[in-house]
Amino acid sequence: MRKGLSFTNLTALALGLAFLYLPIAILVIYSFNTSRLVTVWGGWSTRWYTALLADRALLDAAFVSLRVGFISATAASILGTLAAVALARARLFRLRASFSALLYAPIVMPEVITGLTLLLFFVAIDLDRGVWTVTLAHITVTMCFVTLIVQARLASFDWSLEDAAMDLGAPPSRAFLAVTLPLIWPAVAAGWLLAFTLSLDDLVIASFTTGPGATTLPIRIYSDVRLGVKPEINAICTVMIATVALVVIAASLLTKRRAAH
Amino acid sequence: MSDAAAPPALRFDGVTRRFGSVVAIDRLSLDIFAGEFFALLGPSGCGKSTPLRLAAGFDAPSEGRILLHGAPLTAPPHLRPVNMMFQSYALFPHMSVADNVTFGLKQEGLPKAEIAARVSEMLALVQLSALGARKPHQLSGGQRQRVALARALAKRPQVLLLDEPLAALDKKLRAETQFELKRLQRRLGTTFVIVTHDQEEAMTVADRMAVMQAGTVAQVGTPDEIYEHPASRYVADFIGDVNLLQGRVVRTDASSVVVACDGFGEIIAGPAPEARVGETIWLALRPEKIAVSEGGRAGVGQNEVTGTVVEVGYRGEQSMLEVRTAAGSILKVSVTNRRRRAADGPAVGESVRLTFAADDIVALTR
Repeated sequence: MRKGLSFTNLTALALGLAFLYLPIAILVIYSFNTSRLVTVWGGWSTRWYTALLADRALLDAAFVSLRVGFISATAASILGTLAAVALARARLFRLRASFSALLYAPIVMPEVITGLTLLLFFVAIDLDRGVWTVTLAHITVTMCFVTLIVQARLASFDWSLEDAAMDLGAPPSRAFLAVTLPLIWPAVAAGWLLAFTLSLDDLVIASFTTGPGATTLPIRIYSDVRLGVKPEINAICTVMIATVALVVIAASLLTKRRAAH
Repeated sequence: MSDAAAPPALRFDGVTRRFGSVVAIDRLSLDIFAGEFFALLGPSGCGKSTPLRLAAGFDAPSEGRILLHGAPLTAPPHLRPVNMMFQSYALFPHMSVADNVTFGLKQEGLPKAEIAARVSEMLALVQLSALGARKPHQLSGGQRQRVALARALAKRPQVLLLDEPLAALDKKLRAETQFELKRLQRRLGTTFVIVTHDQEEAMTVADRMAVMQAGTVAQVGTPDEIYEHPASRYVADFIGDVNLLQGRVVRTDASSVVVACDGFGEIIAGPAPEARVGETIWLALRPEKIAVSEGGRAGVGQNEVTGTVVEVGYRGEQSMLEVRTAAGSILKVSVTNRRRRAADGPAVGESVRLTFAADDIVALTR
């Protein structure tokens, strides 16, 4: 193969990257804009980041989002891992294929529908909407992603390791905790990180399932933007982009480590 | 070696295991005595691993019982006083060699000092004392195999189950390890049950063995009983090389049977009490039991066949000849190469006279 890329390849690559990342780059650059007018460049400054710290409403929303993300990701990781293990172990289980298919449903389902069904469900069981309903909704959606990631790891898992642990006297639960879990934890951790970012990003499902006093960051940003884009929004969005990027890089590093093992 | 009055260490009592409509083992009844090295031998896919998984508790019989020293074995795997060595070794990759061996002892809640003593004893037993801190992926295949053995033996099981323990080793190492395994078993006196598809391995290590055929036991016996007195064509053909000659019974008496074989004429074989005149039976004749002679006459009770050598397979210590008889049938004959000169034995195209004693032929009715 020739070293480097041809002119056509290079152009295609540049255009592709520009299409994907130019809007983000512009947002990040304008978050350091001195000017109050979003469209006019007035020189570099970090004043909007300082302003952010004073914006009580935005900080509260960020805190709600982090809390929802942390709790839902943790619960989704536990439930998702258990589901993946059950599906992988029950090799002769007749309904396994149908159960695996059901896992994909929340992933391919339009978010509006998922949000609406969850809203109707919460109304039907008379659950007051708030932080906890958003958390429950996020658990429901994100655990499928965790299951898929863990399932991929378990596809190449040697189950005789767990058999060996039991053969050596470990009850099934201890065999799982002492042998299986330490070997699949990078996949579980990657699943946690993915669930966390999905929860942090979500606007549609959260708007359906939230209630008074539980405004997540995306909802806050969305309602602020409707009144016009403030420079603080650019700043908070840059912080979110940085957070998500870090988490995604961490997740991919974990996955690589697993592959190298 | 075994106490006839005591119940067997492991007894399979009419055990059947079905997977859907597939019958993996079918009414298996087998006694394995204490202190014995027992081999389950069979081709791949004959269900020979299933009895081990049932004894270890990873799977439950569809019918029948498994008894350990006379007591039904129904506890979950972690409570059974038997241990298994896995074909893949199943060493815990995130633990060191010493931690792998320690794992089982820790589950018993033994005092720390005793665990440490037992682990170093086990590592010494398999000559891995220096490598306790290594991780499994830093070991060679042979070393991994020994760690798996030490880990399974550390708990001092009443019965050690070995599932194709040497399958992953290369041929030379496998041969050495077979003797090592045998010495170890004799020294510890533990009952070993090995599953293998390698007949040489089974015959080398085992005191007694069972030849499996499609989920059932075709024959149980010592290796030489199985080799010299096969109970059926399947067993004769599965163990070692054999010439199977089909023919019709002409005469039969207490000491021999005369069979008219297609392409050979009348052949006198060892006694076959259940054979009736006119019935079709098979004669099993091992290639090494046939003598190639260049002159002289056959002795009493000897069979004699003349033929032409059509193929010579040189194997080093011996050569395998294919001889076409006058009537057109092929006989496999093995010749030991005692001298260094290769020109010693018969060459292709040479005429030879083959003689073999009636006692060396087993008459098989099934």
